[in-house]
Amino acid sequence: MALAQPAAKKDDDREDDSEYSPFYGIEKGAVLQEARVFNDPQLDARRCAQVITKLLYLINQGETFTKIEATEVFFAVTKLFQSKDIGLRRMVYLVIKEISPSSDEVIIVTSSLMKDMNSKTDLYRANAIRVLCRITEGGLLGQIERYLKQAVVDKNPVVSSAALVSGIHLLQSNADIVKRWTNEVQEALQSKAPLVQFHALALLHQIRQNDRLAVSKLVSSLTRGTVRSPLAQCLLIRYTSQVIAESPPNLQTGDRPYYDYLEGCLRHKTEMVIFEAARAVTQLKDVTSRELTPAITVLQLFLSSSKPVLRFAAVRTLNKVAMTHPLAVTNCNIDMESLITDQNRSIATLAITTLLKTGNESSVDRLMKQITNFMSDIADEFKIVVVEAIRSLCLKFPQKYRTLMSFLSNILREEGGFEYKKAIVDSILILINEIPEAKEGGLAHLCEFIEDCEFTYLSTQILHLLGSEGPKTADPSKYIRYIYNRVILENATVRASAVSALAKFGVVVETLRPRILILLRRCLYDNDDEVRDRATLYLNLLGDGQETVQEEAQGFIFGDLGVPLANLEASLQDYEASERPFDIAAVPKDVKPQATVEKKSATSKKVGKDVSQNTTANGGLSSGPDSYEKLLNSIPEFAGFGKLFKSSPPVELTEPETEYSVNVVKHIYPGYIVFQFNCTNTIAEQLLENVAVVMEATDGDDFRFVAIKPIVSMPYGAPGQAFVTFEKPEGACSLGKFSNTLTFYVKEVDPSTGEADEEGYEDEYQLEDLEVTAADYILKTGVSNFRNTWDTLDPELECSDEYGLGARESLQEAIQAVSTILGMQPCEGTDVVPSNARSHTCLLAGQFLGGVQVLVRLSVGIDAQKQVAMKLVVRSEDRAVSSVIHEIIANA
Amino acid sequence: MEVSTPLIKNILLLDGEGKRVAVKYFSDDWPTLNAKLAFEKSVFTKTQKTSARTEAEIGMFDGYIVVYKFVSDLHFYVSGGEDENELILATVLQGFFDAVALLLRNNVEKKTVLENLDLILLCLDELVDGGIILESDANVIASRVAMRGADADVPLSEQTISQALATAKEHLARSLLK
Repeated sequence: MALAQPAAKKDDDREDDSEYSPFYGIEKGAVLQEARVFNDPQLDARRCAQVITKLLYLINQGETFTKIEATEVFFAVTKLFQSKDIGLRRMVYLVIKEISPSSDEVIIVTSSLMKDMNSKTDLYRANAIRVLCRITEGGLLGQIERYLKQAVVDKNPVVSSAALVSGIHLLQSNADIVKRWTNEVQEALQSKAPLVQFHALALLHQIRQNDRLAVSKLVSSLTRGTVRSPLAQCLLIRYTSQVIAESPPNLQTGDRPYYDYLEGCLRHKTEMVIFEAARAVTQLKDVTSRELTPAITVLQLFLSSSKPVLRFAAVRTLNKVAMTHPLAVTNCNIDMESLITDQNRSIATLAITTLLKTGNESSVDRLMKQITNFMSDIADEFKIVVVEAIRSLCLKFPQKYRTLMSFLSNILREEGGFEYKKAIVDSILILINEIPEAKEGGLAHLCEFIEDCEFTYLSTQILHLLGSEGPKTADPSKYIRYIYNRVILENATVRASAVSALAKFGVVVETLRPRILILLRRCLYDNDDEVRDRATLYLNLLGDGQETVQEEAQGFIFGDLGVPLANLEASLQDYEASERPFDIAAVPKDVKPQATVEKKSATSKKVGKDVSQNTTANGGLSSGPDSYEKLLNSIPEFAGFGKLFKSSPPVELTEPETEYSVNVVKHIYPGYIVFQFNCTNTIAEQLLENVAVVMEATDGDDFRFVAIKPIVSMPYGAPGQAFVTFEKPEGACSLGKFSNTLTFYVKEVDPSTGEADEEGYEDEYQLEDLEVTAADYILKTGVSNFRNTWDTLDPELECSDEYGLGARESLQEAIQAVSTILGMQPCEGTDVVPSNARSHTCLLAGQFLGGVQVLVRLSVGIDAQKQVAMKLVVRSEDRAVSSVIHEIIANA
Repeated sequence: MEVSTPLIKNILLLDGEGKRVAVKYFSDDWPTLNAKLAFEKSVFTKTQKTSARTEAEIGMFDGYIVVYKFVSDLHFYVSGGEDENELILATVLQGFFDAVALLLRNNVEKKTVLENLDLILLCLDELVDGGIILESDANVIASRVAMRGADADVPLSEQTISQALATAKEHLARSLLK
């Protein structure tokens, strides 16, 4: 808080508005002194109210009081209940809530407040209820419950609302008490005061929210009646949507229950309710276009409203609809286009991104023209949204890449912050990757960009890309100038990247090699160690002075590490603290789903959704490959098994809620399988010892039992892991089936003391059978460019076949089922089937045991009888692997 | 599906330079004073250049829906969660804005607001309770702030709003001006 300054100095400074402020020069210590007037025997109400205002001002400005200060103020304030002054009393209520006294102090004011709760003055009653409910603990509530119940049905809305809203807050901590008010709350629901009705409905629903039947009854009775308050109507729409989501559609008519109610609300007289209903309709699960139409129509009307709030609400909702039902929104395109010039930039941005989603190929050029004018005067965060929308548009209409790429390069040249520039560069990188025709043009734009780029991170990223893509272009020499310019002009990090990029040209393009060697030699005199080291290394690799470049140089410079970089980074971070040498073979090869998804998704919403789907497919993050790897590495018995290829998701071997809960994870090594049994003892009266699983191969001759590692002791509730190991032929995809029996030694436990008996007995427990399937030998590894990878695989080794899948619920479900059986990674978002599609192609990628790349094109079609036919085309580096994939499907 | 009562995250009244005049937070999304000030600064800078003087404006900032309206050297903001019904937030903003105008007799500027800060704080208190909209009708809010009808000497019917306000102002407001 500013200290008081001599006022005279400020006299000529009319601009400073602190001069006008009654709080000018206010200081906490002084105000606390002033608060002593609260203790005066003759209270000056005006003065006291003034001091309270000052205290509240301090609190509002973020000033904090120490415990002692707060207590002193609170005790002083309680004295003010003696005054009969109305205005002062109102301020006292407010300041007590702001100070929020501790529970042992509250007792001082409760009697005063309880007196006010019974006052004849309605406003005293209402305020006293709000204060009391805010500051008291459960115990006292019992005493005042009777008054609160009465207050709920008070004829004055201010009292009733105060009690109901307090009830909503109290429900969190004292649900039992509030639940006893149900009858009164129901009576309040009939109130003529709109806000009372709103509060009553909110409280009634919260009391019943865990009882689906009761909520359903509430909705069914209220949707027939008339809820007057618009806010209450909005609540009812929310509750109705919830009931709709939880109840099946009417099987005879195919109609959705309560849809008529929602549609009726679209004709309500208040915009708030109309909008709530329209939004609810658009969010219905599997909404049909017939159901959508009336909602879209009212939203379209809102688009041309004079109120920005309405336009924003409508365009935001339509934007969301456009993600799932682009066709339904196209009718609004004309209104939407006029919003591009909206004064409110949030609205304009939403309009543009919606248009980009719904637009067809022919409208792209016109749209881009309009956006170009608009880009210069919006904030960076909006620009990023637009860039992302353009990126996905370009992937949708690859033919339009010229227009879109030139748009991106234009905005790349304009002013902008790092995040914005990064979004543009990322977009260009993705387009270069996905659209081969766009590569040369894109590289040229990026070359120009690094000529004048202030962000080291982006420069190095682009240089790396130039190094790997440039040599493959028709005229690699033109990139050399751009790259070498960086060596001359940039900071050390960028220079080092540029040296690496140059070396790549030298390795691949023989004609350029002598010139590259000259350039690299110049770098030997760089003043930075890293740059010099790299130059020296590459000069040696390129065989300075020799004629031919060894194969290994190429391998070294372009060679893939064979592991995803994100995993390598994580492993290195883990490694930092440990003693043993770093082993790159121990880095997991499984691509984490997030990494691939994030690049593709245009919007953050979608990322969130996809990630959650993928993580559930992996059986939760906590049991991810990283943690398994750590666990297995810590067990010496498994040390000689080589590199862990894959860990399966856990398979349950017991029914839920049984005495012992067991699931198993299959860890695949090239020549071994380790079964990890995660066991939990759910019986409090038992201590289990020497817990093991006896596995017998009932099917499959390849497996040879190696060892068993039991759990020494397993008390109640503490999970443990038992392991069983089998050997199998190295590299083979051995299938089999096992019967499993849990064996253990039981000791009874006295639940009161927790001590186990000395003596126990042997027992066993039958578990469900377990299969080792082909999917266990396939890793989910995505590829960044499916088409390119597909083309590099020999078409001679392709295996193709057709299958009938019988009647299925939907194509989505069919694709899901097949990709789960195969355990492969869907690529390029093709695992999502557009709604109403009759056919679809899904691209799957994976790695077979031994690191053999496998790609699958999965084409499915569905007919009117929901019969699904599937064509499966497999390519891999090994014909045997391709046929294994077909075997898996044929046997599934 | 999670169903919730419409919740207000915060109500801000800032001056023409983005400094606090009166604020009220109803959510733990901003646990510290610094987090609160950072949000206020962010919202103020992002809305500064817009004109929200005739109609309430709206935007999405830092993952919150913010509706706002400016008058003279004052900026009024109401924030809600990402999925909140925008029009409900706008109703709250309008209720706050109009109630302040009523209480200050249309003389809404930073100077008068500070002189009558007690009325403004009471107005916030009557508008939203713990994030739940308590009342959105400006007339009702204003009369509750003025404790109209609480004065037993003057029967309710004989006291007009302006009388009630005058009483309230005499009691509280003018006394702040020394």
